[in-house]
Amino acid sequence: MNTSVKELGDLVGRDYKEGFVTDIESDTLPPGLDESVVRFLSANKSEPQFVLDWRLDAFRRWQEMDQPDWAHVHYAPIDYQGISYYSAPKRDEDRPQSLDEVDPKLLETYEKLGIPLEEQKALAGVAVDAVFDSVSVATTFKDKLAKVGVIFCPLSEALINHPDLVRKYLGSVVPATDNFYAALNSAVFTEGSFVYIPKGVRCPMELSTYFRINALNTGQFERTLIVADEGSYVSYLEGCTAPMRDENQLHAAVVELVALKDAEIKYSTVQNWYPGDEEGRGGIYNFVTKRGACRGENAKISWTQVETGSAITWKYPSVLLEGNGSVGEFYSVALTNNCQQADTGTKMIHIGEDTSSTIISKGISAGRGQNAYRGLVKVLKGAKNARNYSQCDSLLMGDRCGAHTFPYVEVKNPTATIEHEASTSKIGEDQLFYCRQRGLAEEDAVSMIVNGFCKEVFRELPMEFAVEAQKLLGISLEGAVG
Amino acid sequence: MSSVVENAAAYVAAQQDTAAQLPGYGLAELDAGRAAALEQLSRQGLPSQQDEDWKYTSTRSITRAAFKPASAGATCPSDFITQSVIEGLNPYRMVFVDGFLSAALSDLEALPTHVRLRSLAQVLSEDATSVLPKLGQMLGDPPHGFAAMNSAFVADGAVVEIEAHQHLERPIELLFVSGCGDEGLVSMPRTLVLMGEGSQATIIERHCSLKEVRSLNNSLVEIDLGKGAVLDYCSLQSQSDRSFHVGGLFAGLAESATLRATTVSTSGALVRNDARINLNGENSTVHLDGCYLVFGRSHVDNHTHISHNRADCVSRETYKGVLGDRGRAVFHGRIVVKQDAQKTDSEQSNQNLLLSEEAEIDTKPQLEIYADDVKCAHGATVGQLDDLALFYLVSRGVKRETARRMLTQAFAADVLDRVESVPLRQYLQSLAFDRLSNA
Repeated sequence: MNTSVKELGDLVGRDYKEGFVTDIESDTLPPGLDESVVRFLSANKSEPQFVLDWRLDAFRRWQEMDQPDWAHVHYAPIDYQGISYYSAPKRDEDRPQSLDEVDPKLLETYEKLGIPLEEQKALAGVAVDAVFDSVSVATTFKDKLAKVGVIFCPLSEALINHPDLVRKYLGSVVPATDNFYAALNSAVFTEGSFVYIPKGVRCPMELSTYFRINALNTGQFERTLIVADEGSYVSYLEGCTAPMRDENQLHAAVVELVALKDAEIKYSTVQNWYPGDEEGRGGIYNFVTKRGACRGENAKISWTQVETGSAITWKYPSVLLEGNGSVGEFYSVALTNNCQQADTGTKMIHIGEDTSSTIISKGISAGRGQNAYRGLVKVLKGAKNARNYSQCDSLLMGDRCGAHTFPYVEVKNPTATIEHEASTSKIGEDQLFYCRQRGLAEEDAVSMIVNGFCKEVFRELPMEFAVEAQKLLGISLEGAVG
Repeated sequence: MSSVVENAAAYVAAQQDTAAQLPGYGLAELDAGRAAALEQLSRQGLPSQQDEDWKYTSTRSITRAAFKPASAGATCPSDFITQSVIEGLNPYRMVFVDGFLSAALSDLEALPTHVRLRSLAQVLSEDATSVLPKLGQMLGDPPHGFAAMNSAFVADGAVVEIEAHQHLERPIELLFVSGCGDEGLVSMPRTLVLMGEGSQATIIERHCSLKEVRSLNNSLVEIDLGKGAVLDYCSLQSQSDRSFHVGGLFAGLAESATLRATTVSTSGALVRNDARINLNGENSTVHLDGCYLVFGRSHVDNHTHISHNRADCVSRETYKGVLGDRGRAVFHGRIVVKQDAQKTDSEQSNQNLLLSEEAEIDTKPQLEIYADDVKCAHGATVGQLDDLALFYLVSRGVKRETARRMLTQAFAADVLDRVESVPLRQYLQSLAFDRLSNA
């Protein structure tokens, strides 16, 4: 046992594999936030006037808002004036048109991460809109997508090329003043993706964006907008890694999904940002607002997330079930180790008739990690025959960690059927013993049991993501039990 | 005193006017406790929907009514007491009229010598030193303005003391009759139950109304269970639909103690129950059950908080509600497992049956766990009668209406069936079934 504890200690003590800094010069705005910064951001992207007005309105409202403090997380106050709100890789005027033109150092970065663009292209047939810091530097597969009429481009480009489409939907799901971080994002968002799937089109490939946070002290404020028109289907992948840092970095993204009649959007996330060191120094603050609206009959939105990184995660991907018969799903694995804190969950708002939602949340706490599920299932008066099933399971490893469950259920219609179940347990000694006496090493046994615990979520992920997610969990967890 | 929150100003002023007449005035410890509670009431005021713990329960109907503190001396006809007797229970009975003990209506005959049932007013003026250290101990910091208000005005209520290793055969009934005096009175009884090591007892706390007058009952109960003590406790609220009830049950359990508490709410304009159970000793057990039948325009809010502070404790919590008409119910159950509380075994469930279009339920079961070797589960459901079960009964020739009633009764009876005392169980069942068939 002693030797295995030592080995496990080595494993736990391993450095963050993705921690490195790419040496690329950046155009960075000095730290601070006022109206002129907002104006600069807008002008820099040559945005139409309505976007600037929208940003300024959000900024003014943001100034009147207070930072929320209800989440079950603790952190030092954030100095919003100490953050630089813009950082772009140099030479953004002449963007590379193909991979050959991309800065070799950037390609090297992706290779270190194990996700080079070429491999992505060949392996998965994935179109990658890679966001390196704040400006998109490489977009692929455009032609193939263009053939079926799919628009997949940086949001800044969409604002110029498709202003009417963007104007119609931007902020329609997450209003600029929705909450403190959404307002901040609306004022200073610098990049993100825009996806439009036309009527009846099944997107021929999985769309993917890799975000990286790079330049020192730069918060990143992406904004993603996905619109699936009637009868269309799209699967969108979001994955993140970030270089090692000493200072906390703020990340306040907004993701909006709109699914019209009979459309389906599947949104998958693997998040592996720098979680801070063993003492909780550094690490990313991940305060994200994600929300989807099922605007038409039988629309479907499905969120799948695997959250293993970040010092603090504060994230509630939600679905507004407006159309009759619409469906919302939320599958989540959240892992906290060392001093990580996560307060995550979902909101399912049943508005239309015959709407249904499923929530499967798996929380794993190890070390001194604190993991909270916070969810809301709300059935409004008109939502006849609403159906919800929620299941939140927590796994505890170590006696210094915490697992918490805060579900809210609000029902205003008697025809609703709502079920919520939660359980908390640790890996059973008998389970471990069983595996060990069958000849499995302890960490293999733990990894196997944890993967089994998360199976219901992993099977919702696209294949290549599921592989990555299992690897991530394995790395983060092996040795947490001794 | 600095600024006073507006909704509490009248109560603060009333307390300051009458403080000198409260029993036990002049005892340094008691005065300090009342002053601290008054200070909290002034600072926090009465809760509003801005407070997370009152998010779904509006206190506006209480705060805008400006209740006046009731005073001793109101009367209640003895017929009323004889009529409301629970058949076959044969308890030792203490009757409180608008929060003050009525010795004439109480029945403490043949009370064993090792058991003492006294009024708090009597204890505070005659024998305060023995009880004062316990007063407020289980409550801790009042969780909201109503509890602070009760502490600031603390004057009367029951003090139940059971010596070590005594098993009390007959139950104790604490009957609180409100609505005896004028319109718009607030009564604030405080009950203290102190059970010695290895003792056993059954206590029933009943709240009812004499007249259909607007009244507020701000009641608080503190229970201290010694090592191995066993208490069966039942709190029943069946007041008039013009009365408001804010009740608190604060219990501390020592090693191997067992508390089985059942809360039943059948009527009242607004009923709010706070239960806080601290499992302070290893191997202690709590069964916390509740049944709420919410019809008319009633609003019932149950807030429970079970804290596992030591290892090897067990908690079981089941709350069931039936909602009809424009009834509205709130359930908030919180279970906290502290870091030292290894081997905790905890289960919580909240089930709700919605019978009408206008009914509304908000439920919030919560787990907060800081220990790793624990087994915790909770569940919440909201739904209707099972169509299949209904069909089965109808296909066997049972009238649809009867079948519905049978299933609804069975749903609610689940919690009531667990009450140990047979006469009490039967009384609760008939009360619940009447409520359900009249609805």
